[in-house]
Amino acid sequence: MSHPPLAFVNARLVDPAALTEMRGGVLVSDGLIAGVGEAVRADVLPESVRVIDCGGDVVAPGLIDLSAFVGEPGAEHRETIATATAAAAAGGVTTIVANPATNPPIDDPAVVDFLLRRARDTGRVRVLPAAALTKGLAGKEIAEIGLLQAAGAVAFTDGSRSVESAQVFRRAMTYARDFDALVMHATEDRDLVGEGVMNEGEFASRLGLAGIPREAEAIMLDRDLRLVELTRARYHAALVTTTLSLERLSNAKERGLNVTAATSINHITLNESDIGDYRTFLKLAPPLRHEEERVALVEALASGLIDAIVSDHNPQDVETKRLPFAEAEYGAVGLETMLSAGLRLVHSADLPLPKLLRAMSTRPAEILGLPQGRLVRGAPADLIRFDPDEPFVLDPASLRSRCKNTPFDAARLQGRVKHTIVAGAVVHEEA
Amino acid sequence: MPLAAAISPPRPFFPHRHLLGIEGLSPQDIVALLDLAEEAVEVSRQIEKKRTTLRGRTQINLFFEASTRTQSSFELAGKRLGADVMNMSVATSSVKKGETLIDTAVTLNAMRPDIIVVRHAQAGAVHLLARKVDCAVVNAGDGAHEHPTQALLDALTIRRNKGRIEGLTVAICGDIMHSRVARSNILLLLALGARVRVAGPSTLMPAGIERLGVEVFHDLRRALTDADIVMMLRLQRERMNGGFVPSTKEYFRFHGLDEEKLALAKPDALVMHPGPMNRGVEIDSIVADGAQSLIREQVEMGVAVRMAVLEALAQHLPNG
Repeated sequence: MSHPPLAFVNARLVDPAALTEMRGGVLVSDGLIAGVGEAVRADVLPESVRVIDCGGDVVAPGLIDLSAFVGEPGAEHRETIATATAAAAAGGVTTIVANPATNPPIDDPAVVDFLLRRARDTGRVRVLPAAALTKGLAGKEIAEIGLLQAAGAVAFTDGSRSVESAQVFRRAMTYARDFDALVMHATEDRDLVGEGVMNEGEFASRLGLAGIPREAEAIMLDRDLRLVELTRARYHAALVTTTLSLERLSNAKERGLNVTAATSINHITLNESDIGDYRTFLKLAPPLRHEEERVALVEALASGLIDAIVSDHNPQDVETKRLPFAEAEYGAVGLETMLSAGLRLVHSADLPLPKLLRAMSTRPAEILGLPQGRLVRGAPADLIRFDPDEPFVLDPASLRSRCKNTPFDAARLQGRVKHTIVAGAVVHEEA
Repeated sequence: MPLAAAISPPRPFFPHRHLLGIEGLSPQDIVALLDLAEEAVEVSRQIEKKRTTLRGRTQINLFFEASTRTQSSFELAGKRLGADVMNMSVATSSVKKGETLIDTAVTLNAMRPDIIVVRHAQAGAVHLLARKVDCAVVNAGDGAHEHPTQALLDALTIRRNKGRIEGLTVAICGDIMHSRVARSNILLLLALGARVRVAGPSTLMPAGIERLGVEVFHDLRRALTDADIVMMLRLQRERMNGGFVPSTKEYFRFHGLDEEKLALAKPDALVMHPGPMNRGVEIDSIVADGAQSLIREQVEMGVAVRMAVLEALAQHLPNG
């Protein structure tokens, strides 16, 4: 499928792979970037090329989200591939890694195949299935990693569940290594979480809610990293949120282990205080942490210790959120707002724009082994254009996702995506 | 008398009281057993198969773990050499009633057998028993440790078909971790100068196995490339469903020997399997029954090799 050539001109080009910015344009042809730089100007392009004058807006590689729940199969009342990818396109996300915690879970090659066909038929952006690490996400038996990978699974994870048995996890990692398969693992010790529903500390105590200690995350991560050392598998810590985890991660990276890590857009832009008056849209797993933790996560992004930012997109219908805090479901939508939310850190001068985009595009691409995430000739033309300064107030009703459980309800944000291009095709264009 | 012989007196033929493993055998010991086994093959192919080497001797087959094929092979071998053979399987023994291994050994020893053939689920159990009895002991398989007569019969089969073992590339494939067959074969084949590769999923590969002098592969295709001999191992049922490998379907796809993968080996490569086979799990029926398969010949060589082992040990028996 080939689309007519197209060019963004008069743009602020941000290449997060090189951490550079320059003025110029990007020429797109046959789904690939055909040219980048000052030479791509309106006056030198043939008439057959559709020219988009960016008026100084940013043009950058599209975002790659390592963890989003797309609803199919089995939870179409919460989200479908059509609605999730519409939200993604509007948010500048050009590749989604679909969470396998569906119903049935993505633990069978036939389900991988189903998802890929649904994505091809109904998706606007690229959807790559992550498959279960253990059968039925039950943490007991190794999933068919080889067959799932052959069917198209790009990573192996039990979603938000941790594999509790160290023996099972060790064997799964050992087995995954034979296929050079990427294991993405959420680390949460269920026993330590116990009845907890938010971050343990003063704020939880004031609200009268049971707390989740930071150690619930760090202890499991520590175990995992020791098993990475033993098995030499490719390991990605799916969602780290505490300084305790960062210490361990730093140590593992210094020792040269094959380890990467992500945090979520929520954990770097919000803290536990934002829960305020029991706002259930901010009930997340792992929970929003103390402000000091948030600041440390942002620093870790700047230093590269944390590789990636995920949307952790988790649509929940209103009925499951309109409950007392402890009884409400976990999760928030995020695909459509992750860029705007992330730009808060750029505007507050905590994170330069190229580094934000590196964590949302280049590093996720590298972790998955994709050619995306860079603004160079020959790379796939998955691109976004946005004005990072354009202010707006988020109206949840305007979200494309089927569910509106956004923690940025009525928040003042800056930076709306005006164009999203996937493989050279315009999949979102601001009216 | 040649000078060399005067300085070092001739080495006795197979100078061991027991056969507990391939470990500890010299290449000469192994070759001597194989040569003796060749003669036993001839004996077994005659109408009159009976010899008198073990006449009057008592052989007890003590199998703590069920094994129809190995037990009957030892039984036939003993009978063809004229021994009185008694089979004791765990189902009928006092072990079921709680007797310890050592008590069993002492009890049996009191019955004055000449040879005890032992199969036990625990590594080292046969060695323990051998220290408590006065007769010769043959290890018929101890846990995941050794199964020396299997390695000997495999070597005999290879030698009869290839004319040699030295210089051959042998790929041992499958569940290396739990396999006594793999361990004995690795030791024997390396001792006789073969190049040994082991292949299997990492979950079934014992730690540090490369230190034995083998090349380790996790991709069966690479392990098979240009191999002379392909030895497939049995995958036990309890390991098939998620504990070590996800499923039989996935195992067959990546670690099962089919025609397509076998085509990567040398054109005259030969296929072996210690049995019993799981067809469609570690080996495709077309390959198992195909022209390159030596699987049936292995069974015949099993009897011959066990006759040779019994005969070699008999020479050290009192009044032997």
